[in-house]
Amino acid sequence: MSLIFATTGLINFAHGELVTFGAIAAWFLNAEGPQWSLLVAALVAVGLTGLVGGGLELGVWRPLRGRKTGLFQLMVISIGLSLIFRQALLIWFGSDSLRYTDYTVQERLEFGPISLTPRDLAIMAIAVVCLVGVALMLQRTRIGKALRAVADNVDLAESSGIDVRRVILFVWVLGTMLAGLGGVLQATATTVNYLSGFQLLLLMFAAVILGGLGTAYGAMVGGIVVGLATEISTVWLSSELKFVWALAVLIVVLLVRPQGILGEKERVA
Amino acid sequence: MEIGDIFGNAARAALGPEAAILALLALGLNVHFGYTGLYNFGQVGFMLVGAFGVGVAVATWGWSMWIGIVLAIVLAVAFALALGLPTLRLRADYFAIVTIASAEILRFVARSGSAIDLTGGPYGLQDVANDFYDLNPFDDGIDLGAFRYSANQLFSLTVGWALVGLCTYVVYRLIRSPWGRVVRSIREDEDVARSLGKNVFGYKMQSLVIGGVLGGLGGIMWALTTSSVNANTFQPQQTFFAYTILIIGGAATPLGPVVGAVIFQFIFAGSQSTLAQLEREGWLPGFLEGSQARGALSLALVGLILVLMLTFRPEGIFGKREEIALGR
Repeated sequence: MSLIFATTGLINFAHGELVTFGAIAAWFLNAEGPQWSLLVAALVAVGLTGLVGGGLELGVWRPLRGRKTGLFQLMVISIGLSLIFRQALLIWFGSDSLRYTDYTVQERLEFGPISLTPRDLAIMAIAVVCLVGVALMLQRTRIGKALRAVADNVDLAESSGIDVRRVILFVWVLGTMLAGLGGVLQATATTVNYLSGFQLLLLMFAAVILGGLGTAYGAMVGGIVVGLATEISTVWLSSELKFVWALAVLIVVLLVRPQGILGEKERVA
Repeated sequence: MEIGDIFGNAARAALGPEAAILALLALGLNVHFGYTGLYNFGQVGFMLVGAFGVGVAVATWGWSMWIGIVLAIVLAVAFALALGLPTLRLRADYFAIVTIASAEILRFVARSGSAIDLTGGPYGLQDVANDFYDLNPFDDGIDLGAFRYSANQLFSLTVGWALVGLCTYVVYRLIRSPWGRVVRSIREDEDVARSLGKNVFGYKMQSLVIGGVLGGLGGIMWALTTSSVNANTFQPQQTFFAYTILIIGGAATPLGPVVGAVIFQFIFAGSQSTLAQLEREGWLPGFLEGSQARGALSLALVGLILVLMLTFRPEGIFGKREEIALGR
């Protein structure tokens, strides 16, 4: 979400549905249709989500940008799309919570005061690897540099020969693949239903804004902080309110340091 | 296929109390977004505050409905102030996120188990509107062809639309006044307004309060019409409905919210009725049957309308392209 915002300025309200799509696609491939192992199903699902993201960019956002549709209009259009996707998922898969067939029940391993299942460990490892991978991509590869250039100043990037349209397409495919992966990992840890992504949407906003809208590292930092804050708050407060704290953190950050922890001080007010 | 039934259902919903309530929400949003350029995505929060104001006063504390209404309006003003004071200086898209987050916080808190003594927690409040329906002067309902309403429904829709009419007129006069001119200039270019010595923050705050009270009135009518208040009603989706209505009718137009609400309800109820008919005739494929699918399809239709309107006619039915704050 942060990458998409950085390069296109769009706050994608449909990001939640992409997360849900990744998770549900993996479920379908794993528990219903071909019944592949979760590993294979997950990889295919993530790829499919990337395809959807690319399709969105080519079929929706690019033509709309060509008509000079304003950013706010695009944002509300993403809201409309998210509504449509959610209902489509509801119709297709119903409202029950869906569970993968692999890695469901596992023995917890003890590491001193921490007890985890191997599945949770794997999820954390995968997440870390992906985040590090994205960071390296941004720093070391040409497309990463091009991405950062477009995020900084689109016109300047274009005039220095960068194919902005290709960069934006790349960002959409990559960003949605990450969303899909997040969905799969989340669903592996618990379950998934048609609302899962939407419920996480505000938390995603919180994480991205806390870390700094438009910086990949910021999104990582923000994600970790928001995740910790929501879970730790359950020690003192009822677990129903844990989302409230994440949202409260979001509001406080926007008031005190709107560019987030790692963001640059640009005009946010 | 009973087209008449579908039309009847749609028409009844279009003129019913829910349409009036949505019109009030959209009217408030028109003040915020249409005339001042504030991207308030938490309008449902004002509805929640208004509804619970009346609900808590009547059902939890046993006060009279009139005091409950006053409390609800006070709470709406308070929420606007609490929301606006720290956040009005934020950039537009950040303001949108903060408002949506604030409304969600209200919903979570109202719904939570710890609030159960006050707001009824996950179960909500019941029997809120006895005083209201006691005032009902209609003994029977009405039965004019498609327009069949019970006495209670007739009463609530009359009060609702009367309120809408009154508020539309007030907003209309406000916008035509010098105050309205300043507010619209803020929408166009804040810095110019500020450089001319106008207290931009003050005007934005006033606009937030006024639009918020209108949203609160919508919540009050909701509580009185349905006689129950449950936090789960006040989802962000309601705000999106209000935006859809505003965009259909035309933001920054006096009649946009009203016409938009009528059209919206007509389409929403009409589509559900059409789907029910199709199902009865056996024309729907299996996976599209059932009330869950019906609801989902109607909502998807709302989303589609929103997308199409924004793409092809963002100024809505009555609007003028130059006046809308959508191009930024």
